[in-house]
Amino acid sequence: MNYLNIIKNGIIKDNPTFVLMLGMCPTLATTTSALNGLSMGLATMTVLLCTNVVISCIKNITPDKVRIPVFIVVIAAFVTLLQMAIKAYLPDIDKALGLFIPLIVVNCIILGRAEAFAAKNTPLASLVDGIGIGLGFTLGLTLLGIVREVLGSGAIFGWVFIPDNYNILLFVLAPGAFITLGYLIAIVNKLKK
Amino acid sequence: MKKLESTLLNMVLVLTSVTVLMGFILAYMNHLTINPIALQKEKTLNEGIKSVMASSDIEVTSVDTLRLHCAKGKEQAFVIYHNKKGAAIESTTLGFGGPLKVLVGFDVQGAILGYTILEHQETPGLGAKADQWFQEGQNGCIVGLNPSDSLYVKKDGGQVDAITASTITSRAFLLAVNNAYQAYISNRKEDKQ
Repeated sequence: MNYLNIIKNGIIKDNPTFVLMLGMCPTLATTTSALNGLSMGLATMTVLLCTNVVISCIKNITPDKVRIPVFIVVIAAFVTLLQMAIKAYLPDIDKALGLFIPLIVVNCIILGRAEAFAAKNTPLASLVDGIGIGLGFTLGLTLLGIVREVLGSGAIFGWVFIPDNYNILLFVLAPGAFITLGYLIAIVNKLKK
Repeated sequence: MKKLESTLLNMVLVLTSVTVLMGFILAYMNHLTINPIALQKEKTLNEGIKSVMASSDIEVTSVDTLRLHCAKGKEQAFVIYHNKKGAAIESTTLGFGGPLKVLVGFDVQGAILGYTILEHQETPGLGAKADQWFQEGQNGCIVGLNPSDSLYVKKDGGQVDAITASTITSRAFLLAVNNAYQAYISNRKEDKQ
């Protein structure tokens, strides 16, 4: 199997945000600014890399009927590890995203990739798949964050270039997330053809 | 290697061992991060006290813990850090996403010197803006006000601008400030007696 293809699939053909449409809850909730989207994407990617490798390693000793609970235990453990590490060493990210980190446990991308890829492939291929899907998710979230931050707060990565009076508050709020996501999905799918 | 059969024994063994193993890893990580997390909290608190007293060298002379019953009959704890300019008071209310812990600095007359948010679970980009919104020179400035008549948002007939689209967070924040003031006043009365 070609590893470069796996990465390319994760970013373009199977992009979790724009094509698979998995993990919509954190996608919509955390992308109020570009930086929040980027940090959430990277956090999810870290968990995805670890769980993909571990699950791929234990796939043969896991009886089929209990595979989902075993996967969930592994995922929950890694998310909790990440949460403790962020709380201890990256307090700023903890302040911005604290609420959403534990929710990575129920992010369908992680369990989805465990079921669809890691449980059927070698650990190395699963690691590469984690990189591809993780980058795809991070890119999607950052793109969404950039659009919402520019329209809603007149800034990009915290750098303000449009004065307060011309901001469209709607784009920071929940409806703006749905509208932006809808348009981005349409544009990305048009460009792909 | 052949996949393990889904017999009862296999399932129980695998699920139990995975859970126990992950439990041990988590316990070890907790042991590693417990000190850094406590240090971070202490650092945030010390810097918070300095910033809310609007003074870079402030020494806490004594610490009081005060328990008051709020309107609903629930007991609330306030931590009061006395110093030469007045006192910094830690007060907790229920925000939009969970507990909202605020540190407010009062001078001897009871006017607000500054505030900082110690812990919150508000929505990023909306309620989470409370850490800036009520500061000096911002839209909802409360610095310099004296909450002897409780502070309210304009929607409730008060004098403070609420955070756009985050009235619940704003109300919770002002309640925390008002409660802190009450705690400060009743603590001083106790001292005089």
